[in-house]
Amino acid sequence: MLAYILRRLWQMVPTMLGVVLLVFILFNWVGGDPAYVLAGKMANADNIANIRHQLGVDRPYYVQLWIFIQQIATFDFGQSWATGETVSHIIVTRIGPSLTVLIPLTILETCFGIALALAISFVRGSLTDRLVMIACTVGMSVSILVYIIVFQYGLAYKLGLFPVQGWGDSFGENLLRYAPLPILIGLAVSIAPTLRLFRSFVLDEASQDYVRTARAKGLSEGRIMWVHVLRNAAIPIITYVMSNLPALLIGAFLLERFFGIPGIGREVILAVERSDFPVIKAITVYVAVATMVFNLLTDLLYQAVDPRVSLK
Amino acid sequence: MSAPQFSSMPYTPTQHAAAHSPGLWALAWRRLRADRLAMAALAVVVAALLMVALSASGLIVSDWEDEVGVNYAPPGFVGAQSDAERGPVSGAAVSAAPAPAPVNVFDPIADDIAGLKAQAGADDAPLDMYGVSDPLAGDLAKLRAGLAKSGHHAAGARLQTLPFGADKWGHDILKKTIKGGETSIVVGLVAALLAVVLGTLFGAYAGYYGGLVDDFFNWFYSVFTAIPSVLMILTVAAVLQQKGVTTIVLILGLTGWTGPFRLMRAEYIKHKAREYVMAADAIGASHWRRMYSHIFPNVSHVALVQMSILVVGFIKAEVILSFLGFGVPVGVVSWGSMLNESQNELILGKWWQLTAASVAMAVLVTAFSLFTDALRDALDPKVK
Repeated sequence: MLAYILRRLWQMVPTMLGVVLLVFILFNWVGGDPAYVLAGKMANADNIANIRHQLGVDRPYYVQLWIFIQQIATFDFGQSWATGETVSHIIVTRIGPSLTVLIPLTILETCFGIALALAISFVRGSLTDRLVMIACTVGMSVSILVYIIVFQYGLAYKLGLFPVQGWGDSFGENLLRYAPLPILIGLAVSIAPTLRLFRSFVLDEASQDYVRTARAKGLSEGRIMWVHVLRNAAIPIITYVMSNLPALLIGAFLLERFFGIPGIGREVILAVERSDFPVIKAITVYVAVATMVFNLLTDLLYQAVDPRVSLK
Repeated sequence: MSAPQFSSMPYTPTQHAAAHSPGLWALAWRRLRADRLAMAALAVVVAALLMVALSASGLIVSDWEDEVGVNYAPPGFVGAQSDAERGPVSGAAVSAAPAPAPVNVFDPIADDIAGLKAQAGADDAPLDMYGVSDPLAGDLAKLRAGLAKSGHHAAGARLQTLPFGADKWGHDILKKTIKGGETSIVVGLVAALLAVVLGTLFGAYAGYYGGLVDDFFNWFYSVFTAIPSVLMILTVAAVLQQKGVTTIVLILGLTGWTGPFRLMRAEYIKHKAREYVMAADAIGASHWRRMYSHIFPNVSHVALVQMSILVVGFIKAEVILSFLGFGVPVGVVSWGSMLNESQNELILGKWWQLTAASVAMAVLVTAFSLFTDALRDALDPKVK
């Protein structure tokens, strides 16, 4: 087990170096000289030379790359170009609000997804099944922007059931007062794709031999679905939920932007708007690390769920 | 590739030597034809593509920028609105204030606002529809009177209602939606084509050659998939620094190749050892020829399905990028830029632009998704 983890961590090294190299190339060459971006539109040659020196972009590329790797390892990306806040402080303080919305959302989405998928698999192949699937396709076709605009306008602005936007200081206030509407919208947006996917996972299992055996020995359909099928369908479901988590951290950026939630996603949008390169670089690198670590955790969870899987 | 009409050809024993079983495409077309929902979806997609072709060539809606209606002219079935309802941008002075928004119990500064409103109400300066005093109102009225006298009475010639309403400048929403659809659909199609071409090229090399080439492309793939696609798109948008239709196509195309790559690589690994490829090798076909003349036609259905999946995703992505202002430049209309405008309009009660853009997009994307599902089932009956 330990040997497996160590080997997987070792295998991450080339990928991680690739991510570092990709980010480095993007920000140093593809976008042109970062000094021009930072200097703005009213720069003169002196300014640019100064900034180039400050940023270190006048040094050889291998030195710059080495500095970048040091920055990643020491969590020290310097200061945001836009606000002067240190990048590490930005990341640490923005994770909390993001998770306040995302953890309840993920839990609710997974529970609803599983319950509905199992319920719909009772009537698989029927007209109801087909209609629900078409409704899911239609639901997925409406832009997430429309969900947010309409729900925010209708439920918060018109009916006043929720605050239109905002974020407080205490965790309880945020969770109970400001988070419910974003969570509700997130649920409305994600339930259709989740249900479609989970249904296919469940149906893959429902045609297996062990299900027929269970039926033959007279188990109730409910017990077959909730105990036997669910246990086996759990593996792809766990993969999906786990591997989606890091992407969700960024993916909820529209919710955070509309509702003024000071999370990681909104920070990325702000950084893109302000060309705040240090912040984007840092978030990209660390989210890539998180993605790889979560993939490893997913594989470790397999073993816990499915005794047939042995990790070597 | 056999033509679709092949499907209706009756089988007769005398044809035995010449007859061959219908190919993959003929079979797929036969299965698609049997699926009525898929055919309806296909009709919608074809109609949309036709509309895009017509609008791109300038045959229709080239005049969408004409200000044919009054500002925010409502849809015909709603009926004309009085100037007061239409808002402060209209010509006439406004006296009546609209019904106040319902009190938001969560609003922490509600009391302050109420106080300010009372103060403003007490003022005897002319008020606009928001209940805000407008210090320029008198001057503007004088200017408008002058304009009317000199014959520049453009507003009078404008329509009070349009079948689907008008936006802030009086553009016909129907034409604007078609024009916006052109941008969004073209971006989706071209970006998906770019992503699939890249994915196929890389996947073919990786799968066909194997070994070190495969290792290299797999490493490249793992690097790109380590960064979530949303973040990747935003990062590239931040770096490229310029807005434009070409930029969005590049952003989406250059970040979207990973899905097609994975599947095409698997297909090439499966096919490279087949007999027909060995036969091609025996008659001296080059690697390039084997990869693209021999193997590709046999795996192209995978590329086609991947492309239609990507088109749907990219249309949605373009809408979000343009909404955020990282997409189309000012002056180009897309469904995303329409949604961006409509966000503020909705608070004024002008719901028609929002409805038009979102319904148009939902109908197209639904049809495209349903057709994609049917296409995948038809081309690969094993997966169901």
